Amino acid sequence: MKSQGRLRIGDQPWIKWSLIGLALLLVALLLVVPLVMIFSQALSSGAATFWDNLTDEYTLHAIGLTLFVAALTVPINLVFGVFLAWLVTRFEFPGRKALITLIDIPFAVSPVVAGLLYLLLYGSNGWLGGWLMDRDVQLMFSWPGIVMVTVFVTCPFVARELIPLMQQQGREEEEAGVVLGASGWQLFRKITLPNIQWALLYGVVLTNARAVGEFGAVSVVSGNIRGQTNTLPLHVELLYQDYNAVGAFASASLLAGIALLTLLIKSAVEWRQARQMQAASTQSDRTT
Amino acid sequence: MSELSGGRWSPFQRNPGKRVLPGFALSMGVSLLFISLILLLPVTGLIVQTAGMSWEQYWGVITDERVVASYKVTLWAAAIASLFNGIAGLLLAWVLVRYEFPGKRLIDALIDLPFALPTAVAGITLAALFAQNGWYGQLLTELGIKVAFTPLGIVVAMSFTSLPFVVRTVQPVLEDLPVEDEEAAVSMGASDLTVFRRILFPSLWPALMTGIALSFTRSLGEFGAVIFIAGNMPYVSEITSLMIFIRLQEFDYGAASAIASVVLIASLVLLLAINLWQARYLRRLHGR
Amino acid sequence: MLQSPRKLIKQLVVALTVSGSLGVVPAQAADQELLNSSYDIARELFASYNELFAEHWQQETGKTVEINQSHGGSSKQAQAIIQGLRADVVTYNQVTDVDILHERGNLIPADWRERLPNASSPYYSTMAFLVREGNPKNIQNWDDLVRDDVSSVLPNPKTSGNGRYTYLAALGYAQKTFGDDQEAIDNYLREFLGNVAVFDTGGRGATTTFVERGIGDVLLTFESEVNNIAAQYDGEYQVVVPKVSFLAEFPVTWIDRSVERNETADLAKAYLEYLYSEDAQRLIAGFNYRVHNDAVKAEFADRFPELELLPIEAITGDWKTAMSEHFGSGGKLDQLQRR
Repeated sequence: MKSQGRLRIGDQPWIKWSLIGLALLLVALLLVVPLVMIFSQALSSGAATFWDNLTDEYTLHAIGLTLFVAALTVPINLVFGVFLAWLVTRFEFPGRKALITLIDIPFAVSPVVAGLLYLLLYGSNGWLGGWLMDRDVQLMFSWPGIVMVTVFVTCPFVARELIPLMQQQGREEEEAGVVLGASGWQLFRKITLPNIQWALLYGVVLTNARAVGEFGAVSVVSGNIRGQTNTLPLHVELLYQDYNAVGAFASASLLAGIALLTLLIKSAVEWRQARQMQAASTQSDRTT
Repeated sequence: MSELSGGRWSPFQRNPGKRVLPGFALSMGVSLLFISLILLLPVTGLIVQTAGMSWEQYWGVITDERVVASYKVTLWAAAIASLFNGIAGLLLAWVLVRYEFPGKRLIDALIDLPFALPTAVAGITLAALFAQNGWYGQLLTELGIKVAFTPLGIVVAMSFTSLPFVVRTVQPVLEDLPVEDEEAAVSMGASDLTVFRRILFPSLWPALMTGIALSFTRSLGEFGAVIFIAGNMPYVSEITSLMIFIRLQEFDYGAASAIASVVLIASLVLLLAINLWQARYLRRLHGR
Repeated sequence: MLQSPRKLIKQLVVALTVSGSLGVVPAQAADQELLNSSYDIARELFASYNELFAEHWQQETGKTVEINQSHGGSSKQAQAIIQGLRADVVTYNQVTDVDILHERGNLIPADWRERLPNASSPYYSTMAFLVREGNPKNIQNWDDLVRDDVSSVLPNPKTSGNGRYTYLAALGYAQKTFGDDQEAIDNYLREFLGNVAVFDTGGRGATTTFVERGIGDVLLTFESEVNNIAAQYDGEYQVVVPKVSFLAEFPVTWIDRSVERNETADLAKAYLEYLYSEDAQRLIAGFNYRVHNDAVKAEFADRFPELELLPIEAITGDWKTAMSEHFGSGGKLDQLQRR
C-alpha cells in the first residue's frame, strides 16, 4: 500500500502501532497476567506438590464428577438448542420474540438465584420436592441436582450460536429440499447440519466450558459432601477454605487448562469456518 | 451480512404465514417442554415463596436501606465496568479486525478466557493479584490506589467477567462494514477522526450498545468473582447477590426470593429491551 | 487435519461419559456409612476424629464404618438438611442452626439439648484476637478495638456464626463496662463495627484476608482458630486472649428423621457419645478447643488462659432475642452499621 494512496483510516504506522500496543497491554494486564498467576501459584511449592495435589483422592473424584456432569449436560442442551433454533429461525409465529428472550434468562440470572430457584422447587420444602421426598427420590444434594442447575445455566449457549447463523442462511435451501421431496430428517442431515456444524461445535465447546466451571448455582444445591457432590470449582473453594492455597490453585490451574483447551478448539473451529467461507465465496464468484 | 442480521425473507416466498418446512410441531413441542421444565417451573417456586408475603412485607424487604444501598453499588459498579468494557472492547475489536500483527490469533483466542474460566477461579486470582501484597496491589498501593476490598474491586471483577461481550458484538460488524464510503471520504481529504465519527461510528454504535448492555446485564448477576474481592462492607461494597445469599443464611426464603425477584425482573426487562431494540435497528438497516 | 465436527462431538460425548462414570460411582467398601454435616472450619478436626472413631467402632462391633463429611457455613449446612440433605449427625458451631432443624420440618425434638451431656456441646471455645508479631498496636482488650489507629477483620455477623459471636462478645464487654448506659453501649459498638476493614462471608475468608492479604491489625475469630494460625505461621503472629469474652458452644446432635431412614441410629449416637471420651477430648484439645474432661483439662492448662466467659443468657437472655433484636433485618446490627 502506498502512503499517498491510503484510503482507510488508522493505517498510519504511528496510529496503528500505538493502538496495537495499547491493545496488547490491555490483554496482557487483564488476561495473561491472571493466567500466569494461577499457574505460578499452583507450582509455587514445586512440581511434586502440584502433582500430589492433583492426584489427591478427593481431587480425582471432583474431576470425575465434573466431567460426568458435563457429559450429561452437553448432549441435553445440544438437542434442545438445535430444536429451538430450528423453531425460531424457520417459522413465524406469535410469541417468537418472547421465546428468544426467555432463552436468555440464564444469562441474566445470578447463579445464586438460579440455585435458589431449584432449591425452592425441588428441596423437600418445595411443593414438588416434598412430593418426591415422600417417594424417596432425592434430587437436590446429589448429582441429579447438580446436573439440573448446570443444564439451566448453560442452556442458552448452543441456541445462541445457531440462531444468528441459521437466520442469516435463510430457508431457501431447505425449502428447495422440501420441493424435491426430502423428509424432515433428511433435510436436517443433508442441508442444515453441514451448514451449521461448526457453529454447533462452537456451542458445544462453550457449553462444556461453562458446565465444567459453574460455581454459584452448584454450590447452592450440592450439599458440599466431599468425595460425593464436590465438583472441581467447589473443590477449589474448599481447599482455599482449608488454607491450602497451593492446592486450590492446583485445581484452579486444571480448570484454567480446560479453559485454554476450549479456546484452542474454538479458534481452530473459527479458522476452519473462515476457510470454508472463503472457499464458498470464491466458488460463488466463479459461478456468477 | 453480520451475525446480527435478522429475518430476511426470500423474495420467492409466496406467503410468510404459510409453513412449508416440516418439524414445526415437533420443535415447538420440544422447545416449550424444555423451557417450561428448565426455566419456567423453577420460577414458580420463587412466585410461591413471594406470594406468601403481603405487599407491605414484600415492599419492606426490597426497599430495606441496606438492600437499596446494594442496588446502588451493583448498578454503579456494573455501569462503570460495562463502560470500561465498551471502550476496551471497541479498541480490541478494532485492532483485531483492521490490523495484521504477530500473535493476533492468540490474542483473539484469549479474549474469551473470562467466559471459559470459572468465576470462582477468577475471583481468587483477582483477589490475590490486587491485594496489597499482590503483583498489582503493590504497585497500586504506592500510587495510593486501593482496589481489593473496595467498590473498585467490584468493578475490576465485573469488567473481567464480561470483557468478551463488547469485543464479540462489535467485531463482526466491523468486519462487514462496506469500505466505499470510508475510502471516498478519505480520498476527499477528511481527517481520520471525522471519518470515524461521521461514517464508521454510526454503523458501529448499535453493536457497541448491545455489547455494553449485555456486559451490564451479566455484571448485575455476577457473584462468584465479586465476593472474593469486594470486601463486603455494609452500605459500601455489598452487591445485591450477596444480599440474597445473606437472607438465605438467615433462613428467610421469602426475603431471599423477594430480592431475587427484583434482580430477575430487572434483568428480564433489560434483555427484552436489548432484543426489541436490536430488531428495530435491524429493520432500519434493511430499509423495512 | 480436523475431523468433521459431527464425529468430534460424538467422540467428545463418549469420552466424557466414560471418564465421568468412572469417577462417580464410589467404592462401597465399608459395612456402614454415616454423613456428618459440620461447619466450615472443622474439617481437620473431624478428619482426625473419624479415624479415631472408626477404630473404636470396629473394636466395639467388628464393623467397618465410612464417615462422609460435609462442611460449609453452618447456616447453609442447616438449610441443606431442611431442604432434604439426609445427614445423620450435625456438629455445628451455633445453637441456632440446630434449633432451626426443629422449627422447620421438625426433624429433631425440641429438647435436643437434653440428650447429651453439657447441653449437647462436647467442647467449647471463645472469641480471641490474633495480632501481628510484637503486637505493634498494643491491642490487649476490647476497648483497644475502637481506637482510631486500629482496623480489624472479622467475618460478617449476617452470614457467619463466628462473626455473630464476636459481635456478642463485644456487646457483653460493653454491657459490663457501661452498665445501663444504652447510648454508651451503642456508641461503643458503632465504633467497633466502624473499625472493621473487611467483612468476609465466613471465618476462613476472614483469616485469608488477614494473613494472606495483610489487611488489618487484628483478626477476631475463635480461640481455636487463632491458635492454629499462630502455630502454622510460627513467629509472624501472636495470640491475645481478652479478659472477658463470649462462651461459644459447639452443639452436636443426631437427626432423628434421617437416622430412622438411613437405619443408622445406634451408629450416630455412638459417634456423638464418643466425642465425650477421654481419648476424643484429648484429640479435640489438641485442635485448641476447650473441653470438659478434667484429666485433659489439667494436661492443657497452660494453653487455655483463664478468662470470664459470658454465656448468651448473660448478654441477651436467649438466642431468639439475640437473633431478632440484633441480627435480624432492620435490627441493631443494621442500625449501627448505617453510615
